[in-house]
Amino acid sequence: MWQVFRCILGRDLRLAMRRRTEVLTTLFFFVIVISLFPLGVGTEKQILRILGPGVVWVAALLASMLALERLFAADHEDGTLEQMLMTPQPLSLVVLAKVTAHWLLTGLPLVAMAPLMGMQYHLPDTALVAMVLALLLGTPVLSLIGAIGAALTLGLRGGGILLSLLILPLYIPVLVYGSRAVTVSALDFAETLPYFSLLGAFLLLALVLSPLAAAAALRIASE
Amino acid sequence: MKLFRFSSPATFYPLAGKLIPLFWVLTALALAIGFYWGFFETPDRLGGTNPQKEYYRIIFIHVPAAWMSMWLYLMLAVWSAIGLVFNTRLSFMMAQATAPTGALFTFVALYTGSFWGHPSWGTWWDWDPRLTSELILFFLYVGYIALHSAIDDPRRGDKASALLAIVGLVMLPLIFWSINCPDPNQCAALHQRSGLSQMEGNILFAMLTMTFGLWMYSFAATLTRLRSLILEREGDSAWARDLLERER
Amino acid sequence: MSEFLSQGGYGAYVWGAYGLTLILLLGEVLQLRRQRRTIFARLSRMIRLRPRRERGDPA
Repeated sequence: MWQVFRCILGRDLRLAMRRRTEVLTTLFFFVIVISLFPLGVGTEKQILRILGPGVVWVAALLASMLALERLFAADHEDGTLEQMLMTPQPLSLVVLAKVTAHWLLTGLPLVAMAPLMGMQYHLPDTALVAMVLALLLGTPVLSLIGAIGAALTLGLRGGGILLSLLILPLYIPVLVYGSRAVTVSALDFAETLPYFSLLGAFLLLALVLSPLAAAAALRIASE
Repeated sequence: MKLFRFSSPATFYPLAGKLIPLFWVLTALALAIGFYWGFFETPDRLGGTNPQKEYYRIIFIHVPAAWMSMWLYLMLAVWSAIGLVFNTRLSFMMAQATAPTGALFTFVALYTGSFWGHPSWGTWWDWDPRLTSELILFFLYVGYIALHSAIDDPRRGDKASALLAIVGLVMLPLIFWSINCPDPNQCAALHQRSGLSQMEGNILFAMLTMTFGLWMYSFAATLTRLRSLILEREGDSAWARDLLERER
Repeated sequence: MSEFLSQGGYGAYVWGAYGLTLILLLGEVLQLRRQRRTIFARLSRMIRLRPRRERGDPA
């Protein structure tokens, strides 16, 4: 079982490393969206401090959304996906491996970049730590939920924009608690524990349920 | 199995045709009674120190529409689940027929809430947890309809949107809860507490009658749409052709 | 009567809410009727055409 997981994870990472621009595009989209906000709403420190957590989270939502479209698309086009559907190993494991690779390539760089973005918004140090932790717990959930949408819209015309319509409402719980954790941490870091527990619970739930749902969606899409 | 007899479109189509007029009659009756009761048998003012004036009568359309929008989403997901489990065409069509009416009711609940909000809170839109939840429900309906219409193959469309409806139903409690309680230690304050038990009898009666009316309306509208969907998909089959010959 | 219509000065809100609801529901009913008629028209056209094709007549 682990062999399949490792094999697909390694393959996806190797493939992505050959086309590094795709990974960088997502990251820079994240950076640009966040950098545009102060230009739109004004550069007053007080306002930025209030907006910061929410803006970074919404940007993370959009960035991970943008990358999702390609999650299964390449394998669908060259027929690899059909082979994967026929393997005796559980399809959800394959999905989990692909999502993990996807998160390592698009989610993790965002997490690493987030403190820098937080500094643009004059967030205090405690808030930066909280932001990294919250994103670390939250972005995998985004990738996992998004995988369901990516599988449902596989190969459709205008799949990308449809995907955002389907998936963005489902991101709300992560957005609410993720950004509130950062806001609260600026006042008192000890108060953030319930938020992190909730995000952790979402992650566990998503780890169990969403590969199953995404696998079912893949089977429907390639019937 | 007697129940499964009606899971075939060919037997369900005439049955629905007989039921629809009945539902229309019940709709008209209930809405008329509810309207009369809501406007003539209820007080003009509501509450003690800061009373709700006549505009509270929007409640008779706002609350039933909001209830129906949630009920219909539940039905949508239940029919989708039945379709996926038993692989029955009719269940998927039932789900598909429910969605537009449900989306319509979410929209009605949203703007009647807005019309109520302006006189009572002084603003057209406020991020009241219940209104926000209704907005998200509207997005879920739109997502379902969009996915279904984006897929050309009806069988794939049925199953894919059914799966989406179920995922949505699983996520809905989490979404509603996160909107209601952005702080896990305490939940957001609602603008008006709802309490069915402390409501005046006449107001409650009008509200429940209107709810019944809208419920019957959903039956009538959904079944009518379902019959069209059946004809659209199965128009080539022998029973549909017989039926058309007879009706011509 | 005019007292009933004014609803204590909140007539615009009350009737706005009820009126738009009525329009939307009626709109849905009309849309359903139109949808049904279109499908009927298309199907009966198909039935009219089919026997000819089966007989092999150049329609």
